[in-house]
Amino acid sequence: MHDIRSIASAILLACAVASAGVAADQQVLHREQSLYHTILVVAEPTRLCLKFSVRNNTRNQSCVDPHDSKRMVFGYTRMMMAALLVVPEPETVLVAGLGGGTLPTALAALLPDVRIDVVEIDPAVVKVARTYFDFQENERVRVHIRDARVFVKRALQRGRQYDLVILDAYSGDYIPEHLMTAEFLDETRKLLAPGGAVVANTLATSQLYDHESETYRLVFGEFFNLRVSTSNNRVILATNGPLPNKATLRANSRTWRPALGPYDVPITSYPRRLSTKVDWDPTKRPLTDQYSPANLLKGSR
Amino acid sequence: MSLELLGGRVLAPWFGSSIYVWGSIITVFMLSLSVGYFIGGRLSLHSPSLAKFGCMFLLAAAILVPVIYLAEPVMIWVFDRIEDPRYGSLAASLVLFVAPTVVLGMISPYSVRLLVRRREESGKVAGTLYFVSTLGSALGTLATSFYFVLWFEMDTIIVVLAGTLLLLGALGICCRGLDRHA
Repeated sequence: MHDIRSIASAILLACAVASAGVAADQQVLHREQSLYHTILVVAEPTRLCLKFSVRNNTRNQSCVDPHDSKRMVFGYTRMMMAALLVVPEPETVLVAGLGGGTLPTALAALLPDVRIDVVEIDPAVVKVARTYFDFQENERVRVHIRDARVFVKRALQRGRQYDLVILDAYSGDYIPEHLMTAEFLDETRKLLAPGGAVVANTLATSQLYDHESETYRLVFGEFFNLRVSTSNNRVILATNGPLPNKATLRANSRTWRPALGPYDVPITSYPRRLSTKVDWDPTKRPLTDQYSPANLLKGSR
Repeated sequence: MSLELLGGRVLAPWFGSSIYVWGSIITVFMLSLSVGYFIGGRLSLHSPSLAKFGCMFLLAAAILVPVIYLAEPVMIWVFDRIEDPRYGSLAASLVLFVAPTVVLGMISPYSVRLLVRRREESGKVAGTLYFVSTLGSALGTLATSFYFVLWFEMDTIIVVLAGTLLLLGALGICCRGLDRHA
């Protein structure tokens, strides 16, 4: 009898944990239903994470190590810093998609004169980033609560330019389809100052990889692909002029190496990993405003 | 419904795809349908015929096709004048979708008039019509969002919608002839 009761309580406990979408050694510090997601801030034994949850499918958006706040926990975040190999001294940066604010916070610390515009659609994410992830807005770092597509169109209309545009608005589970089309990338390209670059975090799995790669090639021509074996993400680096050569990339990586040490970014390993090889099926259709079933393609391998 | 779904796609590049864009579109479609129902009911009072009924389909098709070409200039015009994407998306959907949706709304009450022979069966006829038209809406929604967007470009889908209306209209006008012979 006692046994049955303990089994039953164990099952109940397991169900309770599963329904919360977090494991037993995790503590939920904050839970909020925003217009777009359920936002969770979860303390794990060694890190603090921002998660967006759809039922039991919880996905990490951003994590920090509370004992070493500079260390970049995610591989893809470190890979995004390869942008500094192509544009070593950006003065103006646009970041689409805030998350925990890891990238804008790092760039603001690394570049004393930089001006950063962050565009984030969900005000609740901004609030959480401020409260739990030490994201700070000031005269150099400004946040705009707006759809990134609308922001980019307005910025073009006002003649703004950016040295670096960081596209990180894909939450993994759902991709905003109007932010993945050739038209959007073309608008982003026009927003670049001479010598500017776009860096985008995307998934390396599924059929979408081929379609997305063709879309970037259509808009930018040849571009750099950065993939590492340990990550499901790939990072795209595309410029509005010719791509820098390997010697320039290596020189920039040596310049940045000391400053990026605390962030745990293996910047000197990136130049040889940046590839222009067509490792996708070039017959796949580019995504356009007319044809952009990105989320349907993401589901098919 | 298929058109309504595509409306969201049409507006997204200019006004985003947030909940307010869907709010604008659903509002405009509901408003237009309600006006269309009202007008359709009134028109059914004046010597209703299958030929006039067919003309409604032709008119809807004729208004739908220019939406493809007007979408871009209309949205540029609105984008330049209205900063707030909520009112921007509302204004753009008003300009683009009111006319075709009003005409499509006229069809339902008019078909009730054409199909009802006796007063006692009016409820049954209306029920059958609601059944058919809402079932069609459901299937159109499913097919468009699950498959059509994966196979075709948006403009292609709109042209096919217009083509279908055109065919149905032509069919209606032809059947009028058969009716008379009979």
